[in-house]
Amino acid sequence: MNKIKTIDQALDSIKDGMTIAVGGFLGVGSPEKLIDAVIAKGIKNITLICNDTAFPDKGVGKWVVNKNVSKAIISHIGTNPESGRQMNAGELEVELVPQGTLAERVRAAGAGLGGVLTPTGIGTIVEQGKQKLNVGGKDYLLELPLKADVALIKGCIVDKKGNVYYNKSTRNFNTLMATAADLVIVEAEKVVEVGEIDPSDVMTPSIFVDVIVE
Amino acid sequence: MIQDKDRKREVIVKRVAKELKDGDLVNLGIGLPTQVVNYIPEGVDVLLHSENGFVGLGPTPKPEDEDRKVVNAGAQPASHVKGAAYFDSAMSFTIIRGGHLDITVLGALQVDQKGNLANWMIPGKMVPGMGGAMDLVVGAKKVIVAMEHTAKGDAKILKQCNLPLTAAGEVDMIVTEMGVMMVTPQGLMLTEIAPETTVEEIVSMTEAELIIAEDLKVMDV
Repeated sequence: MNKIKTIDQALDSIKDGMTIAVGGFLGVGSPEKLIDAVIAKGIKNITLICNDTAFPDKGVGKWVVNKNVSKAIISHIGTNPESGRQMNAGELEVELVPQGTLAERVRAAGAGLGGVLTPTGIGTIVEQGKQKLNVGGKDYLLELPLKADVALIKGCIVDKKGNVYYNKSTRNFNTLMATAADLVIVEAEKVVEVGEIDPSDVMTPSIFVDVIVE
Repeated sequence: MIQDKDRKREVIVKRVAKELKDGDLVNLGIGLPTQVVNYIPEGVDVLLHSENGFVGLGPTPKPEDEDRKVVNAGAQPASHVKGAAYFDSAMSFTIIRGGHLDITVLGALQVDQKGNLANWMIPGKMVPGMGGAMDLVVGAKKVIVAMEHTAKGDAKILKQCNLPLTAAGEVDMIVTEMGVMMVTPQGLMLTEIAPETTVEEIVSMTEAELIIAEDLKVMDV
């Protein structure tokens, strides 16, 4: 099965209104070529799941600037002034999620869990509209899984089967997003032959990856 | 009381640094808390945690040594020390939330006598998002607020926070350029006072009710 496609072929499956999960932390470890291609194709009304909206000229921050996103499920928007402006103007719906909760909600979707119980957010506005459960004398919030139609991730070394290795701090949300979408597209910094990545160094197993672009 | 801005900041970070024990895993928030790293006592070996996915955060690299794949949680160029480990965001917050992080040091907009902390938004004005702050404050074994005592003369240490909370009742200790305060079941206790500072000055610049410790000490800074 050949998973290697051109960026144009890979983008055939991405439509307006989709929920798209994107790896990266303030743009580090984000698939910049795929992000640019989505802008070029003019995809609109994206529901974005990502850690942050990065910077106006980096990562998914470029989507915000180009108005590709109508809703962001996100832990931080403070580094991209355009996100705050659009939120205040009512142009962008923002659901702020504590970073650790965001990671666990995505993980829950990928792991087939019905949700996670976390103490984070108890006694704050994050509680609003959520079920609170007391387990062993301690209060927790029930946080629900977050699943995407498409995940766009960035791998440092990807073999032709789709096994992914991430270098240093580029891993962040990439491994999680890869488990929680119907279609997973990895942008590879470098594509290698099958077998060139030591199986012990694989961080996202190939079974999660549908499409590889260079 | 201390007036010089640089001296104020030095007093705060020097005192916080004394809380770090050999072998601790520590997360330092962006801004003033980051500078604690410059005052860690000799012989005290700590590991620094970086929310974006590693333990073993090292010093800021020289421009020629920058690696765009190594950044801190503020996306600034960073480095890792020998023995560091990289991981994904779920592991990063497993460490934070699971009770594996010894100390977190953060700034505050407001903190109150019950240990409530507000440091992530001012409704209508500044809504950057909480990032990892809520998890850090809930999860760390010890939560230290490191900040200037007032904001342009307005009290930041209050009876009750009126900004949206980051977490309820999780703060253990407040370190400012005026003194050290501990959140206790009895209330907020002033345990140390800064040099050149009087108890009356601290009380006048603090809205919270302060219990003055019987063995009030002078901050060793």
